[in-house]
Amino acid sequence: MNDLSDLYQEIIMDHRRNPRNEGLPAEHTHTAEGFNPFCGDKVSVGLKIKDGSITEVGFTGEGCAISLASASLMTEAVSGKSVDEAISSFQGFRALLTDGDGDVPDGIDLGDLEALAGVRAYPTRIKCAILSWHTLKSALDNKSAPVTTE
Amino acid sequence: MSGPHGFDIDAIRKQFPILDVEVNGHPLVYLDTAATSQKPQVVIDAISDYYSRSNSNVHRGVHTLSQQATDIYEETREKTRALINAADAREIIYVRGTTEAINLVASTYGRQNVGEGDEVIVTAMEHHSNIVPWQILCGEKGADLKVVPMDENGDLIMEEFDRLLSDRTKIVAVVHLSNALGTINPVKEMFQKAHAVGAVTLLDGAQSAPHMAIDVRDLDCDFLAFSGHKIYGPTGIGILYGKYDLLSQMPPYQGGGEMIASVTFEKTIYAELPAKFEAGTPHIAGTAGLGAAIDFVNQVGLDNVAAHEKSLLEYGTERIGSINGVNLIGTAKHRSGVLSFVVEGVHPHDVGTVLDSQGIAIRAGHHCAQPVMAHFGIPATVRASFGMYNTTDEIDRLYEGVQQVFEVFG
Repeated sequence: MNDLSDLYQEIIMDHRRNPRNEGLPAEHTHTAEGFNPFCGDKVSVGLKIKDGSITEVGFTGEGCAISLASASLMTEAVSGKSVDEAISSFQGFRALLTDGDGDVPDGIDLGDLEALAGVRAYPTRIKCAILSWHTLKSALDNKSAPVTTE
Repeated sequence: MSGPHGFDIDAIRKQFPILDVEVNGHPLVYLDTAATSQKPQVVIDAISDYYSRSNSNVHRGVHTLSQQATDIYEETREKTRALINAADAREIIYVRGTTEAINLVASTYGRQNVGEGDEVIVTAMEHHSNIVPWQILCGEKGADLKVVPMDENGDLIMEEFDRLLSDRTKIVAVVHLSNALGTINPVKEMFQKAHAVGAVTLLDGAQSAPHMAIDVRDLDCDFLAFSGHKIYGPTGIGILYGKYDLLSQMPPYQGGGEMIASVTFEKTIYAELPAKFEAGTPHIAGTAGLGAAIDFVNQVGLDNVAAHEKSLLEYGTERIGSINGVNLIGTAKHRSGVLSFVVEGVHPHDVGTVLDSQGIAIRAGHHCAQPVMAHFGIPATVRASFGMYNTTDEIDRLYEGVQQVFEVFG
């Protein structure tokens, strides 16, 4: 039996109640929208990138606690990081949620993102947690079409 | 607990083996019958018996098993005819489900009869399966899709329907019972009005078929679509009913075996009804299961089911609706089977996960009715839906589950 407190950890509930970096940066250089057609979760991510570094990041969205907390945690994780570091965090986070044993590749420190490890036990909710990251990647790639989880 | 007319809920529950399953350490509370109903043992046995003893192809063997399979297949057609009071068993076409039935009508009758500037009318509370096939048709033909709006309770605004009807109206396709709101629509009156302007009518009975008796001749619908799996039968088998004269004038939907009278490379002559619309080897086991499901439903009595579910809905509306912070979505005058709600400040998916941790299965989402969600300005709802096997105790479990949601998200 899955324990709900593994899923809804205190840090997740905190980010849901008090989302960090809500709203897109006024002078963003990169932006993208993400959508999960199954549950209707929506997220937009905006970035200001200067000399290969993410100097500002923000999001807007509507969705469940997991998707909103994940977006908020993501903005904290990539703020001030280089684009390469952000992409490697995405890879590490995806491994945490979806790889067979959940082992994060060596050299990637996920920090607070580890709080979302409990989502692994809820396969239907993994897309909620990963939507904002797909959207971030799409923004970094400067794709114009909205990204979906499908 | 024994209800009116000898409706014995305990005896009914015993016939559904899945109700003994534990989910996350709790006895299952299955409140997702609008998505698919659970199956009684007689249906499971009918499918297993068919494969164990009668498996063969229909309509083409001279051997005994082929005859048995054909008998099962055609007996279910007759049972279906009787269930919906159709005039003739040849008006019963086997399809995969409601979606395929509607697509069949849109692709055949629709393509033949809807042209540029014509109109197809649906309502604001349709399932996507009664929107998209018509959109495709209208896009192809340069026709317009018109939508009957609803009010804040989830009732259709009938004056608007009257206003939309005209000699341009070729098809009126209406859901009988809304899967997202539980609204029962006044379809008999709507079909009368549609016929008065010369339109053909289609009833989406996916949700209503398991909850109430449908009489196609009383309602005077030209087409009726419904699914086996929502009426306690298996998935993958469904029914299109169509009036004989309409079906016989329609072109075939798919070409292949079963649907021909004769084939040469120069010309094919199509088979008579219903074979014309049943190309390929059909879901014979599905018809075995559906036949058993119809027998089962008849034995319990759809009127008894309707009365039982009415009391569940009243109890649920009172109990769940009384919770502070819970808002019911859809409060139409005539409703059945569905309790849709939102919990303030908590997304339906989170509600669903908390309830699931207590063994309670509900649906959280847009219910394939995104225009309905847009109408109420919400992305999704929590939907508890009822079947003949549900009890007031289970609604109490749902009540406690919602309290748990407040504890987790307080």
